[in-house]
Amino acid sequence: MSWRIEIDEDLCQGHGVCESEAPGVFSVAKDGRLTVLRPTPDDADRPAVDLAVRYCPTRAIRVTEE
Amino acid sequence: MTTTEVPEVEVPEVSGRSDEHGHLTELRTDPIGLLQRIRNECGTVGSFDLAGRRVVVVSGAAANEWYFRAAEEELDQAEAYPFMTPIFGEGVVFDASPERRREMLHNQALRDRYMRGHAETIAREVDEMVANWDRLGAGTVDLLDFFAELTIYTSSSCLIGRKFRSSLDARFAELYHDLERGTDALAFVDPYADIESFHQRDRSRAALVDLVGGIMEERLAMPPAEGDERDLLDVLLSIRRDDGELQFDADVITGIFISMMFAGHHTTSTTASWTLLELLRNPDQLTAVVGELDDLAADSNREGLDLTYQALREMPLLESAIKEALRLHPPLILLLRVAQVDLEVDGRTIPAGDLVGASPAVSNRLGEAFEDPDRFDLTRYLAPREEDLANPWDWIPFGAGRHRCVGAAFAMMQLKAIFAVLLTRYRFALAQDPESYRTDHSKMVVQLAQPCAVHWEAR
Repeated sequence: MSWRIEIDEDLCQGHGVCESEAPGVFSVAKDGRLTVLRPTPDDADRPAVDLAVRYCPTRAIRVTEE
Repeated sequence: MTTTEVPEVEVPEVSGRSDEHGHLTELRTDPIGLLQRIRNECGTVGSFDLAGRRVVVVSGAAANEWYFRAAEEELDQAEAYPFMTPIFGEGVVFDASPERRREMLHNQALRDRYMRGHAETIAREVDEMVANWDRLGAGTVDLLDFFAELTIYTSSSCLIGRKFRSSLDARFAELYHDLERGTDALAFVDPYADIESFHQRDRSRAALVDLVGGIMEERLAMPPAEGDERDLLDVLLSIRRDDGELQFDADVITGIFISMMFAGHHTTSTTASWTLLELLRNPDQLTAVVGELDDLAADSNREGLDLTYQALREMPLLESAIKEALRLHPPLILLLRVAQVDLEVDGRTIPAGDLVGASPAVSNRLGEAFEDPDRFDLTRYLAPREEDLANPWDWIPFGAGRHRCVGAAFAMMQLKAIFAVLLTRYRFALAQDPESYRTDHSKMVVQLAQPCAVHWEAR
């Protein structure tokens, strides 16, 4: 089963917690703009992405299974 | 929801308009009573009259979601808080453009990568605050004085720098407290009205400018050497105009510092007090939280509790206690914006120019979202209930959406560090009738009403 990352743009404030948790998947620029480097990452990234979801201060990240 | 094609329906006004200032008197004496009555009488969208200006107040998940998702072009924060301008100083924050404010939201110190260092700084400040407690063995503290001073040190140390923090003492905290007390809602009529709390506010701000000016003189006389630790004050002093003069004088720098510290100060201080008070009023839940911390300390590799950023994240019961204090006693009871264009919510029209508010005090206790909403109950945050996550638009002590408090993670970490130290080393007890502790709602910045004493003794 594959999974993908979804961002609620209204909620993201660019704290950069996701980048700290999963640096290869998320990148937050100096102005706070978030880029999802890999919207459909490998299963090996899943634990780190789950931490990013859990600790996002604005709960802006969601993982959907497909 | 900005369509104008539906028939226009006016927002109903709540009962109780008293004089030419509308509901101002009630807002200055019993704001939660007023806000709750709006919900009871008008439902999800109601209004009150603030000295001739209409304030629309929304509540409930759907209306709150609309409110918190609105763009700045629809609901703007600028000019919504006129009582802040004399505190920050003209031109310091609220006169900035939306773009500039968005940039400022990204206060570098609050970025995650800096947060890890702050955990250690906060723990050290708590240590210093209780430095003489072990020698004393037992005592009594006033919670407002204690936490207001502690949070001046933690916020100045983390946001401005340790070097600046080391020049501060209790005097700074006292003056700062006068600023917070200068937030009477009368400012909506006239921020410079002839009342004592506004005069005190202006005297104390001037005294803070003198204090910061003195620290600036010392720095200019002895600039940091190459390789020395630099803080934000050093950075601001290094910026010169073309004619060689300082770009920022003491008044502006003080305003910058006041505004940087403002959002995180009274809020964290009040929440710390209520977390402790609610735990003391609910001894079984206190025992559970202390047990969690003792277990973590027993597992730790070092003497006492591990207070790293990572360790602080894993304290679910303490975190729940803080969340409950925030839910029941939100430090901001009414969040405000100004409607920039005509808007529509829940079939009601809001004309441009109206103030529009959402109330954490009302939404956090809605029975439709929270089981037994007036009860302090840690278990509501544990799986599978997780009532905060299940109700993201009603559980709003930090606001929500794009304007959600940027310091929320910092605040949570700070509060956990404070109680991880205090509860593992000391035993606390109420020093007054449990029902005598209350919030003073006479100012827009709410604080714990004094006296608010608790006893402590070394464990």
